[in-house]
Amino acid sequence: MSGAALSTAGRARGVLRDMMARPSGAIGLTLVTLHLALALASPWIVPYDYKSMDATGTLTGPSAAHWLGTDHLGRDVLTRVMLGGREALVITGIATPVAMIWGGLTGVWLGLRGGWPDEVAMRVVDAFLALPGILPLLVLITVFGTGGEVLLPTLAFFFGIPVIRVARAAAHEVVARDFVSAARARGHRPFDIVRREILPNVTDTLLVEGAMRWSWMLLGFSALSFLGFGVAPPRPDWGLMVSDARVYMSLAPLGVIAPVVALSTLIIGINLTADALAKTLGLDRSRKAVI
Amino acid sequence: MSAQPPLIDISGLSVGFRGRSGAMLPVLHEVDLAVCRGESVGIVGESGSGKSTLALAAMGYLRHGLARLGGAARFDGQDMFALAPPALARIRGGKLGLIPQNSGQALTPTQRIGTQIAEALRLHCDHDPATHRTRARDLLAQVRLPDPDTILRRYPHELSGGQQQRVAIAMALAGEPEALLLDEPTTGLDVTTQAHILALLRGLARERDMAMVYVSHDLGVIAQVCDRVHVLYAGETVLAGPARSVLTAPSHPYAAALLAAIPRLGARTLPRALDGRPPTPDIPRTGCAFAPRCALATDDCRAAPPPMAETRDGQRARCLYPEKVASPAPSESTAPGAATDGPPLLSTRALSVRYDSPGLLARLRGTPRPPATVEGIDLTLRHGETLGLVGESGSGKSTILRAIAGLLPPASGRIALEDGTDLATSAERRRPETLRRIQMIFQNPDESLNPRQSVGDILAQPLRLYFGLHGQPCHDRAAELLETVRLGAHYLDRLPGQLSGGEKQRVAVARAFAAGPEAVLCDEITSALDVSVQAAVLELLGDLKARHGTGFIFVSHDLTVVRALSDRVAVLYQGRICEAGPTEAVFAPPHHPYTDVLLGAVLAPDPDHAPRLLAEDAVELAPPARGCPFQRRCPVKRGAICETDTPPARQTADGHVIHCHIPLDELHALEGKQAAS
Ligand SMILES: Nc1ncnc2c1ncn2[C@@H]1O[C@H](COP(=O)(O)OP(=O)(O)OP(=O)(O)O)[C@@H](O)[C@H]1O
Ligand code: SF4
Ligand code: SF4
Ligand SMILES: [Mg+2]
Repeated sequence: MSGAALSTAGRARGVLRDMMARPSGAIGLTLVTLHLALALASPWIVPYDYKSMDATGTLTGPSAAHWLGTDHLGRDVLTRVMLGGREALVITGIATPVAMIWGGLTGVWLGLRGGWPDEVAMRVVDAFLALPGILPLLVLITVFGTGGEVLLPTLAFFFGIPVIRVARAAAHEVVARDFVSAARARGHRPFDIVRREILPNVTDTLLVEGAMRWSWMLLGFSALSFLGFGVAPPRPDWGLMVSDARVYMSLAPLGVIAPVVALSTLIIGINLTADALAKTLGLDRSRKAVI
Repeated sequence: MSAQPPLIDISGLSVGFRGRSGAMLPVLHEVDLAVCRGESVGIVGESGSGKSTLALAAMGYLRHGLARLGGAARFDGQDMFALAPPALARIRGGKLGLIPQNSGQALTPTQRIGTQIAEALRLHCDHDPATHRTRARDLLAQVRLPDPDTILRRYPHELSGGQQQRVAIAMALAGEPEALLLDEPTTGLDVTTQAHILALLRGLARERDMAMVYVSHDLGVIAQVCDRVHVLYAGETVLAGPARSVLTAPSHPYAAALLAAIPRLGARTLPRALDGRPPTPDIPRTGCAFAPRCALATDDCRAAPPPMAETRDGQRARCLYPEKVASPAPSESTAPGAATDGPPLLSTRALSVRYDSPGLLARLRGTPRPPATVEGIDLTLRHGETLGLVGESGSGKSTILRAIAGLLPPASGRIALEDGTDLATSAERRRPETLRRIQMIFQNPDESLNPRQSVGDILAQPLRLYFGLHGQPCHDRAAELLETVRLGAHYLDRLPGQLSGGEKQRVAVARAFAAGPEAVLCDEITSALDVSVQAAVLELLGDLKARHGTGFIFVSHDLTVVRALSDRVAVLYQGRICEAGPTEAVFAPPHHPYTDVLLGAVLAPDPDHAPRLLAEDAVELAPPARGCPFQRRCPVKRGAICETDTPPARQTADGHVIHCHIPLDELHALEGKQAAS
């Protein structure tokens, strides 16, 4: 019904307004928006070509020509920092929704289905979560090689696993409620029950979870780049830049500091946004009085 | 009234919140309330009238978003809104205790009762910690909990609702309060438990000379415990006076209408519903707030707010024509038709349901299984008939309905439709046509309506599923359904959170009727509602039944409602039927001993009516393995035979069946004597 669509758009606007009213939301959203704008505009506004090397000045400090100095090959650090988040943002920006969708749907289905498939799947999830950090990622990448076409599905797969857990827990709470019983008693198909009754009630949880996953995935991506499994040189990437510049830390500290600051502001921004989103959605708007 | 200064003294208190428009909207409007030591004052009104806000304000507490606009609240001479936080904290929970609604749920689920009481003692007493254990035991004994040592070791979920409420009262008593604020202290409890808790509170008030403020929408409760009553309407006191005169001859039309909306045990008629709903705070006050719903309203009423004035028998009312208010006579509304002998529509035979499933090990060892939660249920619902199912909480009422609806597979027994075909045990395996014919309405509309779906979407579900309706026809039909439950089409775009409790439940009723069902299963559908709204929902069901010939199975712990609505009644105890038959016959002697206990505990809004109570209110968690289900609490138990043999079904002349070892004529003679007040 059109009323529902209207109220969804209205709700999104209301949530955004409430988030901006919180300090965490205002700072977080500003940081994220700035980063996104920079990533979009950077190819046109960077002062230099990211590949062009200036053999005369390698590892220089800040100057009027190179505000953040140059790296060991004489490339402009500012240019590379401005461009360095693009690849990470594109890949994680696609992989996060994919992870949320597959993990979320699986979790919701398991929460509704219960019984042995749920048992078995949760044991498998537990086993995966017990593996240390990015180890499984490294294994897959060594087998299939690096590059976006491998990184994207790999990240989406591994970051979707913990989402199963969260979605299942959220769905469990909803499944226990009478409106789901009512739908079962009427005889709706499980697919309809998931779509109409359960998903609308777990999207809030999944949205907040998605924002958190995104920041972790960015961190994971940068870690892979740092280890040399991510973006191939000479393309600029924060993880790679830190990895290259850390040897010259004492000579040109900005080569490390600049990409680290860029990455952390983005991650902090996302975290603050997720936090504000959670707080805002916590005050469930559907329960608020109309007056 | 005594000459001493009041302990709780609220004067001219106005409370409001800032609405979306930015204007201050009043929730309480110049309310006065004075309570002396040893006095109990009741505050009644519909949901949203500001009862809880007033009670909390007495503690100097306002919910988030609310602000004091004027007036004062004093406790023992101190201005509660001016006190510093540490001083306030000492008074709250100390000299001034609060027992919130559902205080059982307010207990910390992961802490033992002993720990929680010790914490309350630590906060509010200077006693030596070593004595806390003894003090805790004392407190539990004061609220008459049996075997305090066991209770102290338990977790809240190991106690029944009534026991949890007692623990909450014990915790409030830990601070040795001089005044108690009780917000709906017994709402949601069984009749028997409720009567016991009220008797306990009355006793405590007398012993300790406490001042009590009872917030309730149940005038029966107020009649039991209060000396004076304040009736709130839209944040204003519209009537105040001695309980007896207010309850028998109210001098305000709103109070009279509230009284008329209460179903009475003596009457076989539905109570008269109160039309309309209270104004929301954003509507500017011009005249009398009650005028839109008042039958006596004139232009004078709408011109200016009537002042508070003396009326009669010590009452003060805010009404221009108090002398015209008629005493609430037992109202005559739609009476249910006589028990029909229509063809059976739905029946269960020897239905039994278990929640436990024994592990493999237990099965191999041959450990005896605990008795089934629900067993041997034979029910027959006829076309156009209402079958009432009564019993305390935990008696398996909802379990039976869920089994019939296919939400809970029964362990054994049959559920059959009229043509004798057995229904599959789970809804997933029933044919859509069968599912359409049986619809269920749940207890709490907050749970049974998806908070993310608009009313239109909610009603569209069954329409799409059973009739394939989409788009405009679906919208039109949904609007039509809303009309049948007396809601306008403009409700279609609202979310459940934007409806009042009664409106939500009406939407749930409309959703059930969207399927065009032949049998509707109603699970305590009015227990979450105000009396005024309850009356309207009951009237609606009567209407729909008359119009569509629908059969209802109506589950409730409220005997008055069941009596008013049902053609036939079955009384359940611990998942077994004790007594069943036509309503008139079941409510007339001879009764099953359990029915007699239930009937004795019913409250009436009449200060002269005292419930008959059993010596103790025991709560059972599982049915006995053999014999009569009621054996552990039966006041007239016949000895060993009741513990070993299943009681025989005795049929009376008026067509009802009583399962008891005592012959009918003796039961008749025992009537009423068993109450060991
Ligand atoms: N924090 C708040 N902000 C805005 N409005 C509020 C707030 N708390 C309560 N209200 C409004 O104040 C009015 C009175 O609420 P209150 O809870 O005192 O009613 P009540 O009589 O106790 O109702 P019930 O029987 O449902 O408990 C209602 O209209 C309610 O919507
Ligand atoms: S003042 Fe008028 S409208 Fe108000 S309650 Fe009295 S008669 Fe009714
Ligand atoms: S069978 Fe015995 S225990 Fe049961 S109700 Fe009759 S007298 Fe009481
Ligand atoms: Mg309240």
